[in-house]
Amino acid sequence: MDFELSEEQQLLKDMAGRFMQDRYGFETRNKYMKEPLGFDPAIWEAYAEQGLLALPFAEEDGGIGGGGVEVMIVMEEMGRALSLEPYLATAVIGASILRNGATEAQRKALAEEIIGGACKLAFAHSEAAARYDLAHVGTKAEKSGEGYTLSGAKTLVLWGGAADKLIVSARVSGGLRDEDGVALFLVDPSASGVSLQVYDTQDGLKAAEVTLEGAAGELLGDAPGQGMAVIRQAADEAIAALCAEAVGAMEKALNLTVDYIKQREQFGRAIGSFQGLQFQASDMFVELELAKSMAMYASMCARDPDPVERSRACSAAKAQVGRSLKALGERSIQLHGGVGMTMEYSIGHYFKRLSIIDRMFGDVDFHLQKLDEAGGLAA
Amino acid sequence: MELEFTAEEKAFRKEVRSFIQENLPAETRERVKEGRGTSREMMVEWMKILAAKGWSAPRWPAEYGGPGWSPIQQYIFLEELQFNHAPEPQGFNISMVGPVIYTFGNEEQKKHFLPKLLDCEYWFCQGFSEPGAGSDLASLKTKAVRDGDEYVINGQKTWTTFAQHANWMFALVRTDPDAPKKQMGISYVVFPMDLPGITVRPIQTIDGGVEVNEVFFDDVRVPVSGLIGEENKGWDYAKFLLGNERIGIARVGASKAKIQRIKELAASMPVGEGSLMDDPRFRQKVVETEVKLKALEMTQLRVLSDIAVRGGKKPHPASSVLKLVGSEIQQTCTHLLMDVVGPYAMPKSTGGEGSNEPSVGPDWADAIAPGYFNYRKVSIYGGSSEVQRGIIAKAILGL
Repeated sequence: MDFELSEEQQLLKDMAGRFMQDRYGFETRNKYMKEPLGFDPAIWEAYAEQGLLALPFAEEDGGIGGGGVEVMIVMEEMGRALSLEPYLATAVIGASILRNGATEAQRKALAEEIIGGACKLAFAHSEAAARYDLAHVGTKAEKSGEGYTLSGAKTLVLWGGAADKLIVSARVSGGLRDEDGVALFLVDPSASGVSLQVYDTQDGLKAAEVTLEGAAGELLGDAPGQGMAVIRQAADEAIAALCAEAVGAMEKALNLTVDYIKQREQFGRAIGSFQGLQFQASDMFVELELAKSMAMYASMCARDPDPVERSRACSAAKAQVGRSLKALGERSIQLHGGVGMTMEYSIGHYFKRLSIIDRMFGDVDFHLQKLDEAGGLAA
Repeated sequence: MELEFTAEEKAFRKEVRSFIQENLPAETRERVKEGRGTSREMMVEWMKILAAKGWSAPRWPAEYGGPGWSPIQQYIFLEELQFNHAPEPQGFNISMVGPVIYTFGNEEQKKHFLPKLLDCEYWFCQGFSEPGAGSDLASLKTKAVRDGDEYVINGQKTWTTFAQHANWMFALVRTDPDAPKKQMGISYVVFPMDLPGITVRPIQTIDGGVEVNEVFFDDVRVPVSGLIGEENKGWDYAKFLLGNERIGIARVGASKAKIQRIKELAASMPVGEGSLMDDPRFRQKVVETEVKLKALEMTQLRVLSDIAVRGGKKPHPASSVLKLVGSEIQQTCTHLLMDVVGPYAMPKSTGGEGSNEPSVGPDWADAIAPGYFNYRKVSIYGGSSEVQRGIIAKAILGL
C-alpha cells in the first residue's frame, strides 16, 4: 500500500503541470476555442513533442508504457488548465482499444501515427436511446468482401469533427443490448457513407452526430463479436481519466474561490472572514479530498485484470467524484457571487466542464445502481 | 502507487484476525456488535488479553512496552479490531496519557505508570472539558495552587468519559492565572480518583446510558510528583496529543462492520412477502454510504502512506477530513440502522438481563434507537465538526 508518486511520476507531473501552465491560460483558451478545429493544432503537436501522446502506449509500440497512474497525473493537469484537445478519445480510450482490441499490425501502425501527432481519434459509440448502457449498440456491420459496411447513427461523439479516424462500435450479431455480437471498426470520417454534424458543447468543446450509411469499416482485431469486453475496459479507463480531470478542475476551482473570497471586501472586510463562507469553503475542500482519493483508487484499478473489481472501483469513483464535483462546483459559483455568473470570469467555465464530466460515461445514479446490482462495495 | 498491501502486511492482518477470533470473549464481541457497550470488567479482561500478547498499545514504541509496529501495522491492527467487533485498547490510557508520559514524563513516572496503563491496572479518565470550556478548551478555569509538595485543586470538569470506571485522572489545570495568554499557565497533572474532595456525578445521556460524568474538585490535594513535564506547559502536551490521532480516527473498520450488519439485518427484516433488501431505495442509500466509506478509506490510506514515508511530523492536509467525514459516516450508519428497524425503533428495552419478559420485535431492535441517539456524540467530541471546518478554513485554506 503506497500512495506516493515515484520519482519518474513526479517528473511527469512537474512537466505536464509546467507545460499546461505555459501554454494554457484563460485568455489563450478562449483564443484556442475560436480555431476552426475548436482547439489549437500547435498544442496537439506539442503534446506529441512532450511525449504525452506516447504515454499510454507500450514501449514495444514506440510508447512510454505509462499506466493508470501516469494517465491520472496528466489528466489532472489538463483538468486544471481546462484543456480542449481530444486527449481522452485518442490517448486514453483509443490507446486502450488498440491495446486490447486490435491486431498487432493495426496497433503498431496506429500507435506510430498517434504518437507522432498525425492521428487524432474519436470514439463513436453512443446511440440515441442508450443513455449510459454501453451494450446498447444498434449500428449494424455487414461483411462485404474483405471488409465491412456500417449503417446506423452515433450520437455525442466527442471531437468527432476533429478526428482523423473514428473508432465505431457496431453489431455483427445479436439484439440491441446483447453483450455478444459487438465489434469495433476504424472508419475514415471523410469516406463515402459517413456524414457528420458538428456542434459546440456546453463546456467549450465540440462533438458530432455521426450518420453511417453503408460506410466502409476496417475491423479492429480478429475476433468480431467480442468487442464489449474491450469497450468496457476502455470505458473504465475513461472514467478513471475523467475523475482525474475533474480533480484537477476542482482543485483549481477551489483555489480560485478561496483567492476570491480573500480579496473581495463587503461590509468593510474580506468576505472570507465570515464563518458562513469559511465553512462552505471547508466543505469544498472535503469534497475535493474525497474525490482525489477516489481518482487515485480508480487510477490504480483501471487496468485491473479482473473486470468485476475494475468496474466496481471505477463506478464507485465516478459516483463519488460526481457527488463531489456538484457540491464543490455549485458552491464555487455561489461564493463568487455575481461575477461567478459571468462568461468573462473563469470560474463558470470550470463549473460547466465539471457538470458535463458528471454526465459522461454514467452519472451518479447510474453508477450507484450498477454497484447495487454488483452486490455493493463494502469489506 | 500501489493499492495492495505487501505479503508481510497481509500475513500480519491474518495473524491479528485469528488472534481476535480465538481470544475475544464471545459476550464482549456480541455486545460490541450490537452496539450495547461493554462493561468495565469486559474492557479490562480484553486489555489483559491484549497486554499478555504485547498488543495493548499498538502505537507505543517497544522500549515502553508497545509492539513497535510500523504505522501500517498499527492501522491494520485497529481496522481488524473494529471490523471484528473487538473493543479498541482503552483510549485514555493508551492513546492519551501514555504517549504524554513517555514523551514528557520523568523516568520515575515512566517506570511507575506505563506498565499499569498497558494492562489497565490503572484506568485513566480525561479531565479536560469544563462547563465553560468545551470547543474553547483553553478557557478552562479549574485551578491548582501550589502548597509545599502539593497542588490544591478546586473546580469542575465535565463530559468525563467513564469517570465512574476510572481510578486515575489526567487533567489540565490552571497553575498560573496571570499568564499573558490563556494557553499559557496550564499544567498537566495526574492523580488517583480516590483522593478526598473528588466527587463524581454521572450524566445520563439521551440514549439512557451513562458514559460521561461531572467531576468536582473541592480542595483536592495532589502531590507535585503528579505533574507531567514542566509546570505551565500543559497546553503544549495536550496539543501534542491532537496530532497523535491520525491513524484509525476515521474508524473505517467499524463502519465497514456496521454496513455489513445493516445488510444482514435488512435481509432478515420482513416487509410483506420479502425483506427490506428488496427495496431499491433502501439499497441505494446503503450503496451511497459504501461509496463514501470507500472514499474515506482511500483518504485514510493516503494519510497513512504519508506517515509511513515521511514520519508524519507535518500533518497531511487530507488528515483534517478524517474526523469530519468519519463521524458523518458513523452517524449515517446509525441512521441506516434506524431505517432497518423501522417501526420497531419504538419499544424501549422490555427486560434487561435476567428478565422473563419477551422482547418486542427482533431481539436486536431495542439497541438501535439508543445507538442512533448516542452517536450524535461523534460529531461533537474530540473537536466538533464545526471546529474541524474552522481548522480547514484557517490552517489549510488560509482564510
